[in-house]
Amino acid sequence: MIREFCTWLAATSLSEHIQDAFWVIPTVQTVHIVSIAIVMTSMAMLDLRLIGIAGRRQSLQEMGARFLPWVWITLVVLACSGTILIIGEPGRELQSDMFWIKMSLLVCALVMTLIFQTLLRRRDGFWETHRAAAVLLGSLSLLVWVGIVGAGRWIAYVEHG
Amino acid sequence: MIKQIFQALEGTPWGTAVRESTWLFPTIESIHVLSLVLVVGSIMVVDLRLLNIASRQRSVKELTDEILPWTWTAFVCALITGSLLFSSSAVRYTGIWQFKAKMCMLVLAAINMGIFHLGAFRSVAQWDRAPSQPPLAAQLAGGISLSIWVIIVALGRWIGFV
Repeated sequence: MIREFCTWLAATSLSEHIQDAFWVIPTVQTVHIVSIAIVMTSMAMLDLRLIGIAGRRQSLQEMGARFLPWVWITLVVLACSGTILIIGEPGRELQSDMFWIKMSLLVCALVMTLIFQTLLRRRDGFWETHRAAAVLLGSLSLLVWVGIVGAGRWIAYVEHG
Repeated sequence: MIKQIFQALEGTPWGTAVRESTWLFPTIESIHVLSLVLVVGSIMVVDLRLLNIASRQRSVKELTDEILPWTWTAFVCALITGSLLFSSSAVRYTGIWQFKAKMCMLVLAAINMGIFHLGAFRSVAQWDRAPSQPPLAAQLAGGISLSIWVIIVALGRWIGFV
């Protein structure tokens, strides 16, 4: 079923325009990479602060207020740029195990970020008083985001449709 | 003579290993990407502060003190992984203009940073905190840095398409 969808999508004029214009995919990928830089750095700072390794000059609340908006807004940019890349080369992503691994990891990362943000805003001082949970979430989050970047790069190297 | 140096680089154990292995290049490249996104992201935090766009309530000196060690660590990782990738096909890469341009841009980024640190940054205590705005020289340094690094990312990605 995915294969039929990819065949159909690849034949649309939008997809062909993206494929034919040599500059589109590299440019959109560059936007995607710069966006990853924003999200990864924001999440690295938040997670390291959560674990307690870095950035202790600021409270977790202040850091969250600074970086979380950047994360969510940039994730929208990533979704848009990613969608354009998929429309341009549907089979490369949608028929790739590595792509679906990346998407699964992304869902995990988003859930963890939501959990972090919700408890940060609704339960005052939660992460300061539940240190074990904080270290666990921070570490897991870091690992998953690194995994997303790795999986994303490996799409190019693993067999796909 | 220079070409011989690059050929020799390709012949090193690590150059050969990266070139001939199926998984070594993708793995090192992934670490390269991870390192570079942290370099670019952390530099962006400082640049956006210099441009007075973000983190305005924070002191510039404090921000740079906090962030730059991470930037440098990530940069060293990017340099090491980049060198390993380069060694695998040194002769070919030196013939690609996007690669040469990327190296030039890295040098420009360093020069821009040097000018800033020797110039406007020396008086940082005077314009460090809100409501003081960073001087024009600092804003320029931030804007130029941001532009250069986005171009570096673009050129780096472009190499992969050649």
